Amino acid sequence: MFSSCADPKSLEGISWLLCYLTSGKHIDFYWSFLTVFVLLAVTAPAALLFGFGGAMAARSHVAPLRWLGKIYTAMVRGVPDIVFFLFFVIALDQGIEWMTHKIVCPDWTEPIRQGLEFRVCPEAKVPPGDAPQFWHQLYGFALAVFTFAIVFGAFAANVLYGAMNAVPRAQLETAEAYGMTHGQVFRRVLVPQMWTYALPGLSNLWLILVKATPLLFLLGVKDIVYWARELGGSKTQAYAYPHPDWRLWYFLFLLVAYLCMTRVSEIVLARIAKRLNHGQATAAGEAMRRAAQ
Amino acid sequence: MKKLLLATALLALSGGIAAAQTVRLGTEGAYPPYNFIDDAGNVAGFERELGDELCKRAGLTCEWVTNDWDSIIPNLQSGNYDVIIAGMSITDEREKVVDFSENYIPPADSAYMGLTADADIKGGVVSAQVGTIQAGYVAESGATLLEFATPDETVAAVRNGEAAAVFADLDYLAPFVKESNGELTFVGEPVPLGGGVGMAFRDSDDELREKFNAAIKSMKEDGTLNPLITKHFGPDTKLF
Repeated sequence: MFSSCADPKSLEGISWLLCYLTSGKHIDFYWSFLTVFVLLAVTAPAALLFGFGGAMAARSHVAPLRWLGKIYTAMVRGVPDIVFFLFFVIALDQGIEWMTHKIVCPDWTEPIRQGLEFRVCPEAKVPPGDAPQFWHQLYGFALAVFTFAIVFGAFAANVLYGAMNAVPRAQLETAEAYGMTHGQVFRRVLVPQMWTYALPGLSNLWLILVKATPLLFLLGVKDIVYWARELGGSKTQAYAYPHPDWRLWYFLFLLVAYLCMTRVSEIVLARIAKRLNHGQATAAGEAMRRAAQ
Repeated sequence: MKKLLLATALLALSGGIAAAQTVRLGTEGAYPPYNFIDDAGNVAGFERELGDELCKRAGLTCEWVTNDWDSIIPNLQSGNYDVIIAGMSITDEREKVVDFSENYIPPADSAYMGLTADADIKGGVVSAQVGTIQAGYVAESGATLLEFATPDETVAAVRNGEAAAVFADLDYLAPFVKESNGELTFVGEPVPLGGGVGMAFRDSDDELREKFNAAIKSMKEDGTLNPLITKHFGPDTKLF
């Protein structure tokens, strides 16, 4: 990065450290924080959407839809995240390629599964074999986001389902008495009112999601844990910046970074909770009313 | 109609496949001096230089991909990349699931490295990387095998006393011994293992394998392979 870093082995002390911490590999490490933030920014709303759909399905009056919602939450909640991550990503990847294969190469006669190999025609590879590495990474990342959304959506569905049931029946009855239809009651009363009941569960989920992002590393996405392990390992003279085993420091740094992330989240969530509890007929709302008096 | 639209969209996406075939080279990126991620964040080492030269000779456009060692064969088979070039020794067991090129490093020695020269390598705890021929050898040697996912962790286990010794390719361990100021030392005699290091291909990829075989042969014949080996592994290593 700096011109003085051209010959790292001649450097010492602070200038060495400065060059070391700005090496291309460290820049990759810093960028990988962005990967994690993007994952959180995309996954959280997506999971909420899945959760909302799941909760609505579970409350549906149509039996098959209700079963679908219940099965979704029960199945995903009942399987360990890691198992789900390892299975689902491979299954999804092969499923997509299998379907593309069926559409793009209908005349293909060779079997797709040849022993241990999963072999679709070259045109059906997703992303195409000659695509730049960037697309492969983006595809892997997208698979990861989708899997995260499915898993956390199931938990969110359960939270939202409970929250919808927690809205006092009297409020819904009042709305009905005003002549609102089912849909109107749902949109105008149930949904706006349920968030105060859903927030504790959802904020819990958010913190678990933040802490679960290192699972990206399991999926082959180069996240902050991957880089911390890679950078922290002892380096011989084959590297420009040889050093002994520094994994302890790198993981300590990650620990602090994660604590900062969750602390900031807690502050933001506390603000949202305050806003949502305002004027509610709940213990928290009552406490706020008293404090204001 | 919908299907047709989807197919057209997909075709458009995958267009240009025939134009220029890119070969994806899969490596571990954690096994210096064979292959590692250098400080600029790129794949480097002996295999990087070798692979680039082979691709040039075979007239192929190549791209480097890194993948964890323990899933490197399954991901070759599922088509994430087309070639493994990751210091992989040619063994009968691996021949059953992949096809190897001819070797580009001659059959080499593996060695034990410990904190003292009398470390117990016969009955003590010996670390090795998971899924390597060295791990298989330790398991049958009577010592207690302690496996790790990365080579770096196997060496760290010796330093912090978890294992009495590490068993790995001699060429991988040599820099550690040299640079440790006497902290680390080789234990016992080197053990010749495996049939050399080669590139691994899917069983069905014979055409690609032949291209690389021809390139490796040409490098052996015009005498450019040996200097490359010496450059990365030092003057004491085995040559063709």
